Amino acid sequence: MSENKLNIALAGNANVGKSVIFNQLTGLHQHVGNWPGKTVERAEGTLNYEGREIDVIDLPGIYSLTTYSIEEVVSREYIAVEQPDVIINVVDASALERNLAFTVQLLELMPRMVVALNQIDIAEAKGIIIYPEELSEALGVPVVPTVAIKGAGLTELIKAAINAANGPQCKPIPYGTEVENRINRITENLNIETPYPKRWVAVKLLENDETIEEIVYSTTPDLKELVDEEKQQIEAIHGHEISSIITSERFSIASRIAEDVTRYVVPEVSFKDRLEEASSHPVIGYIVMALSILTVFYSIFSFGDWLASLLDTFFIALKTSYYDMFGVTSVTKFIWEAGVDGFIGGVVVALPYIGPFYLVLGLLEDSGYLARVAYLMDSAMHAIGLHGKGFIPVMLGFGCNVPAVLGARIMETERERLICAFVASLVPCAARSIVIMGLVAAYVGFRWAILLYLIDFLLIFALGRIAYKVAPDEPVGLIMEMPGFRLPSAKTSAQRTWFRLKYFIYEAFPIMMIGNFVIQVAAILGLLGIVEDFMSPITVWWLGLPTAAGVVLIFGVLRKELTLILLGSLMGTTNFATILTPVQMFVFAFVVMVYVPCLSTIAALVKEFGTRKAFIISIVEIGVAVILGGIIMRILILLGLP
Amino acid sequence: MSSASVEEYLEAIYNFNEKGKLAKNQDLSEKLKVSPPSVTQMIQRLAEDGFVAYEPYKGTQLTGKGMALAQKVVRKHRLLEVFLYETLGLSRDRVHEQACKMEHSITDETTSALCKALDKPERCIDDDPIPECNLNVQDCEECEVARTKHTEQPLITQLNNLKPNEEGRVAFIRGGRQSSRRIQEMGLTPGTLLKMVNAAPFNGPVEVEVRGTSLALGRNLAGQVYVEVEDETQSWKRPHPHGPHHNIQSQMK
Repeated sequence: MSENKLNIALAGNANVGKSVIFNQLTGLHQHVGNWPGKTVERAEGTLNYEGREIDVIDLPGIYSLTTYSIEEVVSREYIAVEQPDVIINVVDASALERNLAFTVQLLELMPRMVVALNQIDIAEAKGIIIYPEELSEALGVPVVPTVAIKGAGLTELIKAAINAANGPQCKPIPYGTEVENRINRITENLNIETPYPKRWVAVKLLENDETIEEIVYSTTPDLKELVDEEKQQIEAIHGHEISSIITSERFSIASRIAEDVTRYVVPEVSFKDRLEEASSHPVIGYIVMALSILTVFYSIFSFGDWLASLLDTFFIALKTSYYDMFGVTSVTKFIWEAGVDGFIGGVVVALPYIGPFYLVLGLLEDSGYLARVAYLMDSAMHAIGLHGKGFIPVMLGFGCNVPAVLGARIMETERERLICAFVASLVPCAARSIVIMGLVAAYVGFRWAILLYLIDFLLIFALGRIAYKVAPDEPVGLIMEMPGFRLPSAKTSAQRTWFRLKYFIYEAFPIMMIGNFVIQVAAILGLLGIVEDFMSPITVWWLGLPTAAGVVLIFGVLRKELTLILLGSLMGTTNFATILTPVQMFVFAFVVMVYVPCLSTIAALVKEFGTRKAFIISIVEIGVAVILGGIIMRILILLGLP
Repeated sequence: MSSASVEEYLEAIYNFNEKGKLAKNQDLSEKLKVSPPSVTQMIQRLAEDGFVAYEPYKGTQLTGKGMALAQKVVRKHRLLEVFLYETLGLSRDRVHEQACKMEHSITDETTSALCKALDKPERCIDDDPIPECNLNVQDCEECEVARTKHTEQPLITQLNNLKPNEEGRVAFIRGGRQSSRRIQEMGLTPGTLLKMVNAAPFNGPVEVEVRGTSLALGRNLAGQVYVEVEDETQSWKRPHPHGPHHNIQSQMK
């Protein structure tokens, strides 16, 4: 640590107001990105306090330091290996016992630490009074009471953190003697240097932590015998599995401390309690949810539509004046179509929906309502291989797949996220609905459009189940805290939205622009004709579509709603009844609906899961679309549709 | 009221509940061959003792506590059926009646031994599932040790069987390594007191109160959590375990 610079990391459970503290401390001086190679958000910021520059990092909200979720791995590596100068452990005063179980784990990593006892106002409303001095004594670290949302206690918190940076490392709280003695025995025999404290390594060895076992046993394999022996002894004494015993030890420390420092008074039943009760009620809950979800979606998408068409008009005007100014030549055309159009596509398609989506999702999450939705929709989502938390991303898919794929982050494990994003990318978004409505509903009949949606839902159901089966790792169902309702902070939400949006633009726009450029260059070089011929066995023979469909489908990757217009211009008419048979229309719409997410969605998939997985998802969807498209065509003809 | 008749009632209600139906008094009276007024009286009694939840005009449902006892009896019954039919070769139409009598006298320890001897059957001869054993064991080897500790095992059932406001204490977690760790890290470690708050419809998650906070668990995860539901404040005690009544507190500590 240098004289003037200080690194602080915020750590704690989810829903404790950690992000609010982060935003209050850093204001607009922050940067949201990803942890290297991980789909975990990394929020960093700076603040100046009395001439010092302080870097603050907001670690993900987690419940333990095992390797269950990516968030946990990221956090523990950061704390142990990068070693921030001070950790601020944000603790929810209204759920002290559970929060302290995590504090106990942090202490085991022996950082320099301060506890922010947050939401003391909510705790008091629940009749819970906590004595900070007593808590500080029990934990051996400074405790600062805060009400982050009102900014109360934050200056004291920073002061305490600066003091702690020069103070001693904190000490782990010992477990029961039978276990602690055995931990000591392992610690004494641990002769290798790791970035982690020795006692912590010993505990992790007892807990069967695979990462630590690999580090230790690869150099000192002899130790395994001792550890196994101690494990067996502990298991024999307690009669439970070792990992269960260690977790219990931590919770018993947490529970003892929480009990000691808390006094209870009888609270009044508040309006909020009633609201919470109603929101998970078997009947009222669903009504409330349907109404709020509809409102949310309607407002996101009507606002998005409005903004998109506004931007569209603006860019068309810009395009006209551009051509007026420079003339319509092949060069100016190329510059516009290969260079500018890719950018415009991103601005018009993605941003108008993603911005409001980030905002609303943040508000829903902070208010505690999202957990209720996940609770109510859990069993329905199991049918498609997901659990309750997957409902929101999948629903969002109906508007636009991009926020849906990004929203898959609310699932905990990599496995669940991948399934969720995959399913979400199959949901017919607004652009695909335009094709379905504009072609099938208008020319073949509304019933056929409904049929298309039904086929898509069946497909989601089937592919979701398959993904559930083939995706690696053990599936884990829904388990989450049901947080109490609270008023989200508008400032925090707005800031968070802005920084996330900025990050999305940096990450996804280059991919969209390059993709667009490649296709346009290919068009100019006349490669598309070759591709068209190459594709014709599929498009013409297997799918029974006109030859021009090949190019249309390629361009459809850019923006699916443009496929109709493009098809019209290539075939020379927009009266599709004269150029396509009903079967062709149905098959065309089906392929457009399923074949591959648009470039923006692919960009989002790449950003979230890496190129390889994005590629696999795209290939699977193309395969399914083509294979089923041909089968559907043959069935329809067999059924006698012209 | 004998313990055998309590067990018969719970078993009958279990049979209805198992198929997703509430047990109506009329149906129970037919099934158990007793008069409707005595069914009504018995159901009232069982409800007072916390074994069942009765909804007028709709029917009766087992509570977590009732379920725990019913599972024990049904398990005995179905294992005995398998034993009588498959091992002893009794005729199929006789085994049910025999099993009905034997199920009330066979001890839990003997049941566990029977289960192992029959090589852990999962379904009875009518293809109904046999309720799982409620010992904290991974396999039959461990069961051999565990079952000798108590001749009568405490009342344990899966968390998802608890009804709103029912309380219990986590006994152990069964199932996948990752999920059982996760469950414990969220605070449901063995010995933890919990209270069922609510269960979402359509077999959705359950909401439980634990360590001063509220947790939601999907039904599958809740099914991995085994909860001890017996509480010593209840007036009704089984008369027969020979020896002192089993006390949860002394066992947990």
